[in-house]
Amino acid sequence: MIGTTAHTRGRLSVGHRLLAMLVAEVLLVLLVRSLPALGLAAVLVTLAYAWAGVRPGEAWRTLRLAILFAVVVGVLQSIVLPWQRAVVIAGIMVLAVAIAGLVTLTTATSDLLDALERALGPLERFGVDPERVALTLALTARTVPVIAGFGRRLQESGRARGVRLGPVPYAVGLVVLTIQHAERVGEALRARGVDD
Amino acid sequence: MPISTSSAPTPTRSRSTSTDLALIASFAALIAVLGIVPPIAVGLPVPITLQTMGVMLAGLILGARRGALAVLVFGVLVLVGLPLLSGGRGGLGVLAGPSAGYFVGFVLGAYVTGWVMERLADRVPVVAAALTAAVVGGVAAVYLIGIPVLVWRTESTAMAGLAFLPGDLIKAVLATAVTAGVRRALPGR
Repeated sequence: MIGTTAHTRGRLSVGHRLLAMLVAEVLLVLLVRSLPALGLAAVLVTLAYAWAGVRPGEAWRTLRLAILFAVVVGVLQSIVLPWQRAVVIAGIMVLAVAIAGLVTLTTATSDLLDALERALGPLERFGVDPERVALTLALTARTVPVIAGFGRRLQESGRARGVRLGPVPYAVGLVVLTIQHAERVGEALRARGVDD
Repeated sequence: MPISTSSAPTPTRSRSTSTDLALIASFAALIAVLGIVPPIAVGLPVPITLQTMGVMLAGLILGARRGALAVLVFGVLVLVGLPLLSGGRGGLGVLAGPSAGYFVGFVLGAYVTGWVMERLADRVPVVAAALTAAVVGGVAAVYLIGIPVLVWRTESTAMAGLAFLPGDLIKAVLATAVTAGVRRALPGR
């Protein structure tokens, strides 16, 4: 799927990456209070991106929406706050997304899912079944294109009848098809012994 | 009343049946699809989609527990990097952005929507029950987490968080109409 990371870059384990991310985010939010501090943080984050070998295009796609949103917030805030403060607020918003985005850009989606499954292990005594969670996540990822196909079919059948489907009839059709699909999948899962 | 599953005779079961699992996965996928098609472009960086309506529908149709689990599954897939959040967003950056509170609030929102729906559905007309549940859960409960985080991260006033209120109330009305339509199309479920 577009946008997912196929291969993990670097040797740091997923747990260490997430820990490093958390520490960086906390330091960013707690320590950056001035323009020089923001500049230093921006340099450090940029160096981290360069060190990880992220291409500028990838970085831009990750940060595009955050930058747009930060510009809007920064402009609005500069009306009521000193402009330096507005820039710091907007800058922190972008850098926070950049730090988390670096983990996403350099860590394979499958490795993150594996880490999640391992992390759920200790929750087994509370009734969480890591294998069942993994099955549900995998099933969902495979169901997205199925439901998207239902959506296209509904819109096409609307066009064939010369009507543009409004949001309510469209969503009703989509939900009905989704429930019917889920019931078929449920039967199939039961036939394979997923029910205990 | 949320749809029941044919293989669930015991209401106090602690584990989901296979149909519950399939419904949770399918609704998580539905929420993702509602964030993709059909987008309504309004000149904002993030297109207006029906994704938040999907969160409400999860609670209204699946009930509190399964609805919240569907939203949780959707959220986990977004966080591990699938670009399923409206606007094609995905990855851990979602949790670091100023709208992270709304994203986290979706889970609570679906739960509260389902909780209210389960308690009202047999007492008042479906439309009244669904609208109340969608507004209390899908809007108020989501804002309960979303607005404080937005205020904290952007240092703006809570009023800024109300910018999306008209749109979200429209989605609550739409979710109510959709729930009524689904019940007509699938009676007895």
